Amino acid sequence: MSIEPAIEPGAAAKPPAASRAKAGRRLAISVGAFALTIAFTFLGLLAITFFIGRVIPIDPVLAVVGDRAPQAVYERVRLEMGLDRPLIVQFVSYVGDVATGNLGQSVTTGRPVISDLARVFPATLEMATLGIIIGVALGVPMGVWAAARQGSITDQVIRVVGLLGYSVPAFWLGLIGLLLFYARLQWVAGPGRLDIFYDGLVPTVTGLMLVDSLLAGNWTVFKNAVSHLVLPASILGFFSLAYIARMTRSFMLDQLSQEYVTTARVKGVPERAVIWRHAFRPIRVPLITVIGLSYAGLLEGSVMIETVFSWPGIGNYLTSALLNADMNAVLGATLVIGAVFIGINKVSDVLYRVLDPRAR
Amino acid sequence: MTTREWLLSESPASRMQARLGRSYRVWLALLRNPLAVIGAVIILALIVLAVFAPYFATHSPYAGTLTDRLKPPSAEFLLGTDELGRDIWSRIVYGARITLMIVLLVAVIAAPVGLVVGAISGYVGGWTDRILMGITDVFLSMPKLILALAFVAALGPGIENAVIAIAITSWPAYARIARAETLTFRSSEFIAAVRLQGASAARIVIRHILPLCSSSVIIRVTLDMAGIILTAAGLGFLGLGAQPPLPEWGAMISRGRAFILDQWWVATMPGFAIVIVSLGFCFLGDGLRDVLDPKSGGKQ
Repeated sequence: MSIEPAIEPGAAAKPPAASRAKAGRRLAISVGAFALTIAFTFLGLLAITFFIGRVIPIDPVLAVVGDRAPQAVYERVRLEMGLDRPLIVQFVSYVGDVATGNLGQSVTTGRPVISDLARVFPATLEMATLGIIIGVALGVPMGVWAAARQGSITDQVIRVVGLLGYSVPAFWLGLIGLLLFYARLQWVAGPGRLDIFYDGLVPTVTGLMLVDSLLAGNWTVFKNAVSHLVLPASILGFFSLAYIARMTRSFMLDQLSQEYVTTARVKGVPERAVIWRHAFRPIRVPLITVIGLSYAGLLEGSVMIETVFSWPGIGNYLTSALLNADMNAVLGATLVIGAVFIGINKVSDVLYRVLDPRAR
Repeated sequence: MTTREWLLSESPASRMQARLGRSYRVWLALLRNPLAVIGAVIILALIVLAVFAPYFATHSPYAGTLTDRLKPPSAEFLLGTDELGRDIWSRIVYGARITLMIVLLVAVIAAPVGLVVGAISGYVGGWTDRILMGITDVFLSMPKLILALAFVAALGPGIENAVIAIAITSWPAYARIARAETLTFRSSEFIAAVRLQGASAARIVIRHILPLCSSSVIIRVTLDMAGIILTAAGLGFLGLGAQPPLPEWGAMISRGRAFILDQWWVATMPGFAIVIVSLGFCFLGDGLRDVLDPKSGGKQ
């Protein structure tokens, strides 16, 4: 990383060694501050899940033993759960548990929550990743197109499509999609990841059905998996498309009103090149942040979509745990989704700082 | 002098004239924005439906005749009937009351909390600011729907708990906005003048800072309404929001899910209601922002 004298006139006058040391110190401070905010945010997440799990329920012991348990059992469970200790001690031991991967047992599946989550996570990852690919592939060109024809019918249509992304319930769109494309038109397969007779044909390696079936060289399973995946992923993609197109349009409008664009046009550069080579380049960096944010949002959006499509991912796990009042599983899933959400947000933040020459 | 000239006068003679003139200009600007007008009409229609529900409903929203179950849309049952023979149109009309109530309650709880936290944080500064904004940022960086789900899971299903959960997840955005606004005029001269007159910090925040922050918070609340409706419907769909037999739109979709392949109207009709109302709030919020917030206006 170099320091440009134009940005830091004071540093240019000093000997290079001193300025390098200063830059190094500044970098160390900003990295340190960044690590501190991340740590603080994760601790905040833990505090919230701890609060939800231990403080809000009127009596967490009753949730475990039921309200007809004898007093002796009640007392024993209360001690076993460590509820006689001060809240702060309980919180510290909770943070320790989570740090060592102990999220407790799920009441429904009878297994540790952490291994349940590891099993279901790839299904969500597969769907969200395909969703964001669809969203970027369609959303960015749509946003650029709308900005290039600002005020036209195309622009208005894209604007309304964008607003629809904020006003259509995901679960409802999923149901309509199933009704149209699965039941009526029969273009795609129904709920689930695979038809029942393909289940277990390919060995689980990554947990991503598309990758696993390719690794096993089984094309029939691959095609079936694609046909199951395409509808939920497209619906998920629609929501990221709405956001990405909207942001792309507003970034592009900012650029197109700049003088260098006028200069390029006056020079006789073809409009296509003005848009893609001149105006689009500077917005790639802010777009990365937008894409990161919507990718994180898709993990959240998948909760509803997975419920509708019986998709065996983390969202489905969370909602079925909710209905069974399986609090360990609910909090574990909340924690993992929250952590991934925060992680993606922070990574796109870092990418922005690294890639944008002005923020360097 | 006509009323119009009086309202648009460049030199208002009284405070009331200035205020009314300002509102009238906003109104005129909104009228020039077709999407905003559509949005306002939709929301007005929602309010009218909710208030005069008994006059618009053709049947009882709760009592149905089992012989009429799962009837397709017809002249008698405008949008068909559900699995208990209840008229879906009437249920949607009464559901407007629930939707409106949820949206209003969340706005009434979350917006003032956000406003006060943001204004205090911005005005007082220092460690108060750092701690309050630290908490705000932690909440802001959480996935809202998941957080609301977890809160409802702990509080127990029900419409009041759904409102509380949504409010808990939506105040931080307003706190951020209110703080940013406060910072812009914290060191301005009129605040200094009030302080020199001996006004306490509490008086300055309540009487002079909060009113100035509220317009940007109101815009943001309007824009967020669609999200609030969707979250509430999502909670209802999962069975965590309004409980049966309440005609909540999300819960109605959830019940219609079982009949989606043969009796499509049971699940689809309430969905259209959600989409139309959410779009209405989006349109109006977008229009309001263009009119009231000149910084981002013109671009959209």
